[in-house]
Amino acid sequence: MENENIRLEELEIKRKSIIEKRKRYKRLITICGGTGCQAYNCREVFEKFKKLIEQKNLKNKIELKITGCHGFCERGPIVVIQPEGIFYQKVTPDDVEEIINETIINKKIIDRLLYIDPITNCKIEKEKEVPFYKKQKRLIFGNNGLIDPTNIEDYLAIGGYKALAKVLTEMKPEEVINEIKHSGLRGRGGAGFLTGLKWEICRKASGTEKYIICNCDEGDPGAYMDRSLLEGNPHSVLEGMIIGAYAIGAHRGYIYVRKEYPLAVKNISQAVRQALEWNFLGKNILGSGFSFSVDIVQGAGAFVSGEETALIASIEGRRAFPVPRPPYPAERGLWKKPTNINNVETWANVPLIISKGAQWYSQIGTETSKGTKIFSLVGKINNTGLVEVPMGTTLREIIFEIGGGIPNGKKFKAVQTGGPSGGCIPENLLDLPIDFESLSEAGSMMGSGGMIVMDEDTCMVDVARYFLTFTQHESCGKCVPCRIGTRQMVQILNRIVKGDGKAEDIVKLEELAQTVKNGSLCGLGQTAPNPVLTTLKYFRKEYEAHIYDKKCPAKVCTALIAYYILPEKCVGCLLCLKNCPVEAISGERKKVHVIDQEKCIKCGMCQEVCPPKVNAVIKLSGKKELENITKEIEGKGG
Amino acid sequence: MEERINIKEILNKYKGKKRELISLLQAIQDKYGYLPEESIRQLSRFLNVSENEVYGVATFYESFRLTPPGKHLITVCMGTACHVRGAPRVLEELQRELQIKEKETTKDGLFTLEIVNCVGACALGPIIIIDNQYYGQMTSQKARELLKKYREKERHGE
Repeated sequence: MENENIRLEELEIKRKSIIEKRKRYKRLITICGGTGCQAYNCREVFEKFKKLIEQKNLKNKIELKITGCHGFCERGPIVVIQPEGIFYQKVTPDDVEEIINETIINKKIIDRLLYIDPITNCKIEKEKEVPFYKKQKRLIFGNNGLIDPTNIEDYLAIGGYKALAKVLTEMKPEEVINEIKHSGLRGRGGAGFLTGLKWEICRKASGTEKYIICNCDEGDPGAYMDRSLLEGNPHSVLEGMIIGAYAIGAHRGYIYVRKEYPLAVKNISQAVRQALEWNFLGKNILGSGFSFSVDIVQGAGAFVSGEETALIASIEGRRAFPVPRPPYPAERGLWKKPTNINNVETWANVPLIISKGAQWYSQIGTETSKGTKIFSLVGKINNTGLVEVPMGTTLREIIFEIGGGIPNGKKFKAVQTGGPSGGCIPENLLDLPIDFESLSEAGSMMGSGGMIVMDEDTCMVDVARYFLTFTQHESCGKCVPCRIGTRQMVQILNRIVKGDGKAEDIVKLEELAQTVKNGSLCGLGQTAPNPVLTTLKYFRKEYEAHIYDKKCPAKVCTALIAYYILPEKCVGCLLCLKNCPVEAISGERKKVHVIDQEKCIKCGMCQEVCPPKVNAVIKLSGKKELENITKEIEGKGG
Repeated sequence: MEERINIKEILNKYKGKKRELISLLQAIQDKYGYLPEESIRQLSRFLNVSENEVYGVATFYESFRLTPPGKHLITVCMGTACHVRGAPRVLEELQRELQIKEKETTKDGLFTLEIVNCVGACALGPIIIIDNQYYGQMTSQKARELLKKYREKERHGE
């Protein structure tokens, strides 16, 4: 007992000294270093800051940090200056000197680096006043912007590992499980199973050797919140896992990360090493007698390995084939031992619940879905980024207030949630308060939190085909309904987008969808038809237009569109003619150009290169439109 | 002919347990850029599993390559966000310009074309990555110009 007290005291003393040490800094400059901002070359901005801070002898006054993802990917590279919270966006290395001279030394704001609210046209100085952030409740994700994920001291300075210390000294494993149960936390990976209950089943399962797994095989295209947590705040995930292991009685854990996420792999690996040094991992953790270790396993690119049983197969070094459940992994999982698998975001919620209490946590959210959820808001949206909101927030609030609506004045058409297993939700359901149940009722699902916004230029048949091609490709091939059913569905959809759709195709699609849904072995197949079913439900007219009128209303499906050059607008600049990859355009300088429809492959290059002020190339679809234009052009030509 | 393949150095870091298979394949690919036939033979002996099984795993997972990649690796993101923003047209243009399909390498060995499900940099979509350098807000025209630049660089470099 004595030993335990000393170790914990030590932790608090060390924490205090870390906080004390930092007080000498007057300013903190954080640069978003998530994968998104790295793609904008934020590293160069960081290096420039570092160099200038050294040159100007400011090292003792200014703390410089490259942090995890701040979420507002649209505006990267992002620089935030604390304590004021001054928010600069789209910062380039050339801006750095000015930021130091003006903002840091002279305390002046640099206007041109501020974010302009597109609705009010006002310039916004502070991060928390940017509408994108203002409407969010960033309980899990907020710390990303404050800490350097590669430095455990940063996590300790904001109270990190306090929850673990509390659990190890004050709580019995059953009490931890009860706390999580009472919080109402549900799995953030897709199905929304009650986390506390899952833990309890695994704890009660017979056998002394048990495992826990953190699932970061984030495979849904357009979803990257798990990556950003693992990249930006790896210790919060780790702390959640250690608490879970203690509650369940597991002594070994695995973190399964996609290999496509190199930064996440690097940061979590480093976090594990640091946690070992600090004895948050390893033997006799903080003198409690509890031991736990963690290994990192890298995935190799298979969507199906996000499924629990397939993921287990992958960790065991096999092909990621799922197996039927029951038995559930909680009873018979990794190496046939009881195993508890939770998603990254679920684990990251755990320390928060322990610190603030189940009572507090369960007040956030809706009746059945508690807490917040991180969504990745992408597609045809002004503010692409990661958004954390309480469960029960409406789609409209997320898309229009936080996301800033649709770019280029286009009209909203649908939002796709839940990845390839989810569905497309139309405009009349935008006021839906989102939680696990409401999304299922709309025919979609929460999934891991991908939210892809589509506008009037998106063809819903093409989208359905896109998702089904995806799941068909990723189907592991083990069970017949998924392997063959999805292939048949793709064939029908391919036929429809090519203009060869038949009247009976819609019914056939619906029948096949039901079979695949009911007969497939795992979640991948059971949910694969959702994108087709929801688009058929909400956008049936688009299917009918493709089949009966040979028309793609959004003008996306290449077989059903044609490009024409309007003679009255064409100035004869030769641009399209030179750029056409198949030499389908004829004409001379200052004479009207004409597209040879026989040769045209409909790549759209001519429309892309035609100068906006000329805007002579139009895209048409449907028999009627095409007949009319031919007549019109021929009429003018003659 | 394959260069002389010896994966002993890699194998030394492992215990020889079957669960290490995927991690070993990744280590081999990191070294050679692909999985040479000979490495699969040596790996199968090391882990005491059949070559058949090693191939089974290597072909199941998307990230493994059985042929050497070209000098420049072009990765096109086909995530949903990129898709609705026009990624298919960018991919088509690249295929046309390079005259190869995905997972193929150009005859001159300069370019390999691959697609991925999502790289999670959706704000930049449509996005292509050439040798770890990200190129965002792609159009077919920009993609074509980019290729031209890489080709020119090659010509001058030689």
